[in-house]
Amino acid sequence: MIAPQRPVSVLPALAAALLAGVVVAAFLALEAQWEIALLALSLVVGLLISGRFGLTARVEASSAAFPRAVLSVTALVALAVAAVLHDAHFALLMLATVALYVTVCLGLTLQFGYAGVVNFAGAAFFGIGAYTAAVLAQRTAVPHLLLLLAGGASAALIGSILILPVLRTRGHYAALITIAFGILFRTFLEVNDALGGPQGLKVPGMRILGWEFNDNLRLGANAEVSFYFNYVVLAVALAATAFALVKRVERSWLGLSLDAVRSDETAARAFGVDAARWKILAFTAGNFLAGTAGAIYAMIAGFVAPASFTFGDSLILVSIVILGGSGNPLGLIPAALLVVVLPEKLQAIQEYRLLLFAVVVILILRFRPEGLIPRRMREYFPGWRRW
Amino acid sequence: MTAVLAVQGLTVRFGGLAALSGFDFQLHEGEIVGLIGPNGSGKTTFFNAITGIYRPAAGGVRLRDRDITGLAPQRIYDAGITRTFQRLRLASALSVFDNLMIGNHRNLDHGLLTNLLARRRLRRQVEENVDKARALLARFSAALARRLFDPVAQLPMIDRRRVEVCRALISEPQILLLDEPSAGMTQEETRALMDDLLAARARLPTLSVVLIEHEMGVIERVSDRCVVLNYGEKVCEGGYREVAADPRVRAAYLGED
Repeated sequence: MIAPQRPVSVLPALAAALLAGVVVAAFLALEAQWEIALLALSLVVGLLISGRFGLTARVEASSAAFPRAVLSVTALVALAVAAVLHDAHFALLMLATVALYVTVCLGLTLQFGYAGVVNFAGAAFFGIGAYTAAVLAQRTAVPHLLLLLAGGASAALIGSILILPVLRTRGHYAALITIAFGILFRTFLEVNDALGGPQGLKVPGMRILGWEFNDNLRLGANAEVSFYFNYVVLAVALAATAFALVKRVERSWLGLSLDAVRSDETAARAFGVDAARWKILAFTAGNFLAGTAGAIYAMIAGFVAPASFTFGDSLILVSIVILGGSGNPLGLIPAALLVVVLPEKLQAIQEYRLLLFAVVVILILRFRPEGLIPRRMREYFPGWRRW
Repeated sequence: MTAVLAVQGLTVRFGGLAALSGFDFQLHEGEIVGLIGPNGSGKTTFFNAITGIYRPAAGGVRLRDRDITGLAPQRIYDAGITRTFQRLRLASALSVFDNLMIGNHRNLDHGLLTNLLARRRLRRQVEENVDKARALLARFSAALARRLFDPVAQLPMIDRRRVEVCRALISEPQILLLDEPSAGMTQEETRALMDDLLAARARLPTLSVVLIEHEMGVIERVSDRCVVLNYGEKVCEGGYREVAADPRVRAAYLGED
């Protein structure tokens, strides 16, 4: 029987975007430790409850039906959050970092959420993008907007070499290869004097078409906007573009082929799916996203050093994907927010953050393997089941 | 009659063991051939060797005029041979439609432009394929056709089998290889599936089928001809009655003497 469908309204998506904006702003602005802990807890519980009662599903259906409206409102909300926090350097820095982590995790979603290629070297590809941008910005006059592409391209290129041994191995062994690569990358940076060794490199601030990102903006007599505001705009724009891209991949024949490779490679090959080709495509595109985010990160931080791209950071990226819900881009946003911001704000857990994330990952895998916002069935087009 | 599939001296070895040795086999257009034999006699090995999962140690496979020996599974599928698996290999988290579309891979447009930018063109393609999938499923079961967007995990066994057969049929292959479709089903379910299959074949007169089956009743009803395997070698072939009466076949199933 075909169930009568309720007409999809744009309201749930808009309400969710506004609520998300309030939560993000509060999360970044709050100072009292117990308030932050309470907010983080209610975010998790709220997501679980809203999933349980079908609210999340309605939000997703609604945002799928009105993609342009929802995207513009979300962008406005993000800008509003940044405007509220306009002079809080640290809060804006964290907001930009969350957007960059979301971008890297969107790349990981293509890789193991869809194609099933494990990548425990996410931080290394992020780092390749960062170092590429650092070297080019320091030693050449390449326009800074191109640095983003260069960072992405070099991560994709190095990834396309790493994928060769990954394709020849299965399961745990493929994972081990990526772990080895991540460690090798860091060691290489530490011993390489041309790249600054353990101290790393300084990176000049970003300048796009005369727009100096590292200048604070003056508004009137004594209102000043933190220079991080510029980077928030750039990072959020990148994350939004990557989000739209990954969503489109999922809602197409491409996403279907990637799912086929992940769920049963033998069966997929028996139906003409060239598993190697799809894995290479997903791995390369995912690393490109990581590298692009890394390039922006280098400019925000003002320096790059091996200690920022460790195996531990790769694990944090993986835990964001698992926490959010493997294969669901939407889940990455709350997950990245929790994982990036919580340890910075809650001094009590700062020292123990890796320990804490390890426990969270174990609990998620044991009790809720589909994550905070589970992936839903593929909808090639909004409301398409009604035909 | 022309042979659609001609297999000569096909041999598959695993270390010292010959899982299939010197197997000759012919399949004619529109024919349903039952492939029988005890467990471990090489039936599934034969399918795996034709479809490129195993590489034959010797022998050749021809599809009409084309040598397809040792090609990769993707190429075999493109050439027009599809199969089902003894233990279902559906993507159970995906919808019935998605599973059928995996089977239709050859006819889908994988261009980046279509998939990422020209969404209107993609929409037209998706709509056409929904109609196609629904029509194919409806020939097997009208109730199943209405569950096109349900996850396969929610379907009963017989519907999963139907989805697997439809996945193999939707690309309109020349040859369909069915690996023990009755496994895990009751006799009534098996009968229903075979009725569907015969009905589907009636609409596709050029489709040729090889059927691996343990249920002799199924073989008797469905197949035009039988081939019996034991220890990787052909014991005999012929009509069902002929084969069933052959003392060598009885010996293979019941043990020597």
